[in-house]
Amino acid sequence: MNIVMLGATRGMGRALARLLAERGDRVFLLGRDAEELERSAADLAVRAPNFKGFRGHAPCDLSDTQSFAPALRAAEEALGRVDVVVVTAGLFATQEQLEADIDRTELLLRVNFTNTVVFCEHARATLMARGGGTLCVFSSVAGDRGRKPVALYGASKAGLSHYLESLDHRFRDQGLVTICVKPGFVNTGMTAGLKPPPFAGEPEKVARDVLKAIDAGTPMIYTPSIWRLIMLVILHLPRAVMRRVGF
Amino acid sequence: MTTLSGWGNVPARGRERLSERIERASAGAVLSRGLGRSYGDSSLPPSSEPIVLGTRLADRVLDFDPETGALRAEAGLSLLELNRLMIPRRWFTPVTPGTQFVTLGGMVAADVHGKGHHRAGCFASQHVRALRMRVADGRVLEVSRDQHPDLLLATFGGMGLTGHILEVEFTMRRVASPWIWSESRRVDDLDEFIARLKETSVEWPYQVGIVDGLARGEQLGRGILDYGRWATAEEAGGRPVRFKRRVTVPFSMPAALRQRWSVGLFYSLLVRKHVPRHKRHGLRHFEDFFYPLDTFRRWNRLYGPRGFTQYQCVLPNAAGVSAVRRLLEVMAREGGVPYLAIMKDCGPEGEGMLSFPMAGTSLALDFPITDDTQRLVDRLNELVIREGGRIYLAKDMFTRPEHFAAMEPRLAAWSAVRERWDPEGALRSAQSVRVLGDAP
Repeated sequence: MNIVMLGATRGMGRALARLLAERGDRVFLLGRDAEELERSAADLAVRAPNFKGFRGHAPCDLSDTQSFAPALRAAEEALGRVDVVVVTAGLFATQEQLEADIDRTELLLRVNFTNTVVFCEHARATLMARGGGTLCVFSSVAGDRGRKPVALYGASKAGLSHYLESLDHRFRDQGLVTICVKPGFVNTGMTAGLKPPPFAGEPEKVARDVLKAIDAGTPMIYTPSIWRLIMLVILHLPRAVMRRVGF
Repeated sequence: MTTLSGWGNVPARGRERLSERIERASAGAVLSRGLGRSYGDSSLPPSSEPIVLGTRLADRVLDFDPETGALRAEAGLSLLELNRLMIPRRWFTPVTPGTQFVTLGGMVAADVHGKGHHRAGCFASQHVRALRMRVADGRVLEVSRDQHPDLLLATFGGMGLTGHILEVEFTMRRVASPWIWSESRRVDDLDEFIARLKETSVEWPYQVGIVDGLARGEQLGRGILDYGRWATAEEAGGRPVRFKRRVTVPFSMPAALRQRWSVGLFYSLLVRKHVPRHKRHGLRHFEDFFYPLDTFRRWNRLYGPRGFTQYQCVLPNAAGVSAVRRLLEVMAREGGVPYLAIMKDCGPEGEGMLSFPMAGTSLALDFPITDDTQRLVDRLNELVIREGGRIYLAKDMFTRPEHFAAMEPRLAAWSAVRERWDPEGALRSAQSVRVLGDAP
């Protein structure tokens, strides 16, 4: 398969890109930092079965919508045909950090919701022009229910999950499969400063789950899978309880 | 404030700051830490600067040449991941320590050795071609035998105190199959053990001896000698290798089970079960052979809540078999009960300025920490100094600075290089404060 990934130089995206490269898929990387992209592309190339896998990347900044179309065009030119687009990029900050900094809040909301949706619209066009494909986007369990510690980050992800579900309903019969990935707490560089809750997952486990979802066309997954149960409980807690508890 | 500990499980005040981009994050950091598998305080920060840079997320392979085996990677790449990637494709690290839960950076900082030291030497001294480092003045440098060779050799075995290791370039070796062909042998006393170690080291690339740490008198030094080589493609018959499942030791072993009798039982079973005296195992999984303890995650919990230390020393060939005997006798006299005792033959000293091995016999003894551990280590160190041997910093938690200086004539030359690259002493560890007298 030919895959374009935005945000695969780190964390869960890195782990997923590695699985894809190791089984011989061709991964084209999009991201902000050219040097980081080059290093990750090198890592993926060595992992390919023949040690010299596909190597390609182009600049793309989720905070700059002007960079989207040229980036996807570069990917398509390099790969010939795009089968899958994966978006793992996004911003994270704690509720306290965001409440103390309105500009940071504005940027996070814009990047995680508006610009991610705009990027997906570009990707949709790219995929559908070839008759379809898979669009796999990382949202979060934080978007499932209004909760104290993730009011703002969670809102950006709630909007994104909503869009992704609608997209899947609207275009699946035209060949576009949309996958919404909802990771729980995962130990990565992004969460390194936070205290991990019980059931914290590892990026490699998430990557394996997502790979399965891509291959099967599963429209929405919780990962690691224990989060399906956790969210089932949280979704059914009464408001009065949610108001009292700290999570 | 949270705590950090080495593999010996003795907590100290400190915290890890993890980063995928260690080149940036290493600016101003006091110390880098990989997977924290050094046993003592090598990877722990000094008390005044409690945050260490955690490198294990910086784990990308940057280049590999399947013609020559040259590999370059970020310093946080673990041996576990490297093996997972390379073993199925018939490549292996030229030197492996006894666990896969180490990073390349850690392997350079401790200049690790393994079952193959008599033939392959140390990882960094013999096989590393170049490093990328951030040094104390903030510069990021390519370091090799052509560029800043003094820094390179001081970094091999320099316990991360000469600069932050960002990238490592070394030569992998080809293996004929992913399986090991091995044999083992029961050995009845120390003289036989040392003789057999020397004998097998001529013919076999890998060897290790497990010594009954409680045997006394006639039986002193009895144990099992294990040796092997990579199986040929014909021997392996194309069998693919699967990675092992791991089991986590769930909690600290209660004191009631950590007694002399239980340790004795373990050794007796190990030695007595070895029937016949000389076994041909045939094919063995490489993880069973090189990393038997990796099957158990957190096996350090077996030593109980106070943690443990490993006393590893090397005694030079010149000191003879009798030096090993004297060391085991001192241990017994001081009441040391090693849960595990490992003996190996070491080849010549490497180029690393503080590289541990020297031509002789290496002994590694695991002790649960008690009120008497400091005294035990002191007595052992006094003997090691008399015999002309030395200890391994990657395992150490108790050695006194005067003892270390007495057993390490190379220390002055190493310190001079370190001083040249870090005159202010910006890079420090809890161990360098304790053993080298750095500012806390």
